[in-house]
Amino acid sequence: MIQFFGNPNYNFIGRRRVAYAVSAIVMIIGLGSLAVRGLRYDIDFTGGTLVQVRFEQPPTVAAIRAGLARIQLGDSIIQEFGDPREYIVRMPLTTVSSEELTKRVTAALGQEKALGKFEIRRVEFVGPQVGRDLQRQAVYAVLFGLVGILVYIAWAFKSVKGGVAAIAAVFHDIIVCMGGLSLTGREFSLPVLAALLTIIGYSVNDTIVAYDRLRENRGKFVARGKTFADQMNDAINQTLSRTVLTALTTFLSTAILLFLGGKTLEDFAFVLFIGVITGTYSTVYIAGSLIVDWTESVESRVSKRKKAVAKA
Amino acid sequence: VVAVVVALSLWYLYPPRKSINLGLDLQGGIHLVLGVETDKFVASQTERAAEDLKGGLERKGVGVKRVAREGLSAIAVELANPGNWNDALTVAAEFGTFEVTQRDDKAGRFTLAMRQRQVVQLRDDAVRQGLETIRNRVDQFGVAEPTITRQGDDRILIQLPGVQDPDRAKALIGRTALLEFKLLDEQTPVEQAVAGKLPETSEILYQRRVDKETKAERKHPYVVLKRTLLTGAELTRAEVQADPNSPGNWQVAIEFTATGARIFGEVTEQNVARHLAIVLDGTLYSAPRINERIPGGRAVITGQFTVDEARDLAIVLRAGALPAPVTILEERTVGPSLGADSIRQGMIAIIGSAVVVILFMLIYYRLSGLIADVALALNLLILLACMAAFGATLTLPGIAGIALTIGMAVDTNVLIFERIREELRVGKTPRAAIDAGFHRALRTIIDTHLTVMVTAAILYNFGTGPVKGFAVSLFVGLAASLFTAYFFTRLVFDAIYMGRRKVAAISI
Repeated sequence: MIQFFGNPNYNFIGRRRVAYAVSAIVMIIGLGSLAVRGLRYDIDFTGGTLVQVRFEQPPTVAAIRAGLARIQLGDSIIQEFGDPREYIVRMPLTTVSSEELTKRVTAALGQEKALGKFEIRRVEFVGPQVGRDLQRQAVYAVLFGLVGILVYIAWAFKSVKGGVAAIAAVFHDIIVCMGGLSLTGREFSLPVLAALLTIIGYSVNDTIVAYDRLRENRGKFVARGKTFADQMNDAINQTLSRTVLTALTTFLSTAILLFLGGKTLEDFAFVLFIGVITGTYSTVYIAGSLIVDWTESVESRVSKRKKAVAKA
Repeated sequence: VVAVVVALSLWYLYPPRKSINLGLDLQGGIHLVLGVETDKFVASQTERAAEDLKGGLERKGVGVKRVAREGLSAIAVELANPGNWNDALTVAAEFGTFEVTQRDDKAGRFTLAMRQRQVVQLRDDAVRQGLETIRNRVDQFGVAEPTITRQGDDRILIQLPGVQDPDRAKALIGRTALLEFKLLDEQTPVEQAVAGKLPETSEILYQRRVDKETKAERKHPYVVLKRTLLTGAELTRAEVQADPNSPGNWQVAIEFTATGARIFGEVTEQNVARHLAIVLDGTLYSAPRINERIPGGRAVITGQFTVDEARDLAIVLRAGALPAPVTILEERTVGPSLGADSIRQGMIAIIGSAVVVILFMLIYYRLSGLIADVALALNLLILLACMAAFGATLTLPGIAGIALTIGMAVDTNVLIFERIREELRVGKTPRAAIDAGFHRALRTIIDTHLTVMVTAAILYNFGTGPVKGFAVSLFVGLAASLFTAYFFTRLVFDAIYMGRRKVAAISI
């Protein structure tokens, strides 16, 4: 029988201060990058036009830019897309309609002899209204997702603290993922939003498994002298092999998506890839640890008050 | 139960190529969101009511200085003689959808405003008629399985899979196609009109002329009387013909309804020797001289059309004009070759992740791993079958959702197996360990599935096309995994271990 963990008994919770520091550093890097470098939003959210072109011969960016300069679009964003012959051109919102714009781009690239033959493979146009709507929907989707989870945990585990700690873990994961997007200069698009929401689900999923075990153990006989921190640590250790195994299989799936799924899915897979790692980590060190610190601080306050009452 | 589910799944999936709808990102096509400018419809309806009111007042012998639309949905009236006040109000009272909002009987001025309910109704009509018209046009254009639905208050969502020429399709859909017949203003010289000296009843319209050699486009101005004599609403037929006067070009022959033909006959009779302008969406196409009364209600529209242009024009004329102009708010066009690439990459990702996960489970859990793998295969089968049965669309993010489901579906089995191993370590007999393992894991499994399904449901509600596809496959995949990973695995375990008297060991 292959087994990664026989009967694990690692002191996860005990080392939580170190983990808090690590999390804080990672989050500061992430937030710092978001503040300084910012997040590049895809046209889904900003509005604009995107054209994906496949050339017969690998072109140079300069030649494409020269072609576009003929129609005063020389400052468009031009990116290679997964293949040296495949390029994406992004143009900001203009007063010209999308059909007209596509026609002009086709004509302008056609006039640039150095580019050779090409095929327009994809055109996306998002108007300003739709962009604004999508931004709003994105915010709502994340908020409702969080609220839904908070309510579910508070109800299923009769613990608002647990819900809040789980949400804190989710926030941590979102910041890490967005920070990663910002650092690698990837774009925040609709599929990326979907990936973020999936990570929210995944992270909470993991947290719930640990909480579930805690609840089950507390329902049974609790050995004397076991603090809440010990109990949480036990629960995490008991579910550890499952956590690692699931993280591993999911991680493998997303890794394959990232490396074999093609350029269109790359950003999406990237978020999942980062999210699986941070989601697993945050179960132990954010959701698990925070609830321990919180419960202990409440308990110590209660006992102080009891002592005060006894003195008086 | 399992046998029934498998049989049903296979049945829905047959034949495999046709059973699952592929999204536009996979098979190529156009996704369009159009905004209907409902304001313009309300304004044009108010304009028309103002015309009617003016006519009504004149018939009653009430002289007017001014009757004009004011703002979006109000009509300002100024009487020539305030003494006619009561007569004027009687006429105005016949316009039930309007009410008098401002009045000044000394000056003989009043304002009629459209009732709010009517405004709302008109906006709704504009979108609904627009939807109908577009559906008509798309049907005649010949697109297999188009989706044309209303989205929100004033938007229309159009999805045309597999269209080869997106520009042409967009032009066909987005065109207002308002055909109007007007008389040329032959009193005002064109040069003077272009300089800005134009009577209030006239306007300048342009005709596009394309030079055959240079392909250069010129705009030629005409002075046209604003009054519309007849519109395309009175049309019964529109057909493409070769243009006999200009070889290589095509024209559209139209035929009016009985009413249209009568009006056309009268107009031509009264205006012999003048020029009749044929105007489409504000562009003048031709202005032939009326030689004699034209009975029978037939006419042709010429304008150096290619055969495709003429065919599309005939389609939009037959389908009718849009009640209000539309603008493209969102467009996503994917070429068929890109779609094929995406399918290939998506399949590689799915197969890759399935192989890795299956091997892993087999090595780590041995026989139990094999059972989990069979459950996983069953899960994928059910997932695809459900999508086929509900007519859900498989998009590229949807494929990603499936790949992800594979990773997460085995989670349920991992949970159960780890629990069983744990119970075995405590010293339970294999049979008791299986019982306890399944039993104890159930609560956790339900909790984890529900939370992720909650997020998938929220994604579905807030997402657009591609994101929805992802949410659908994730949701269905999880529901299926609850069934296969728990119940199916349990069934197999029971069959293997519970039938025998004595179980020495579990292969886990």
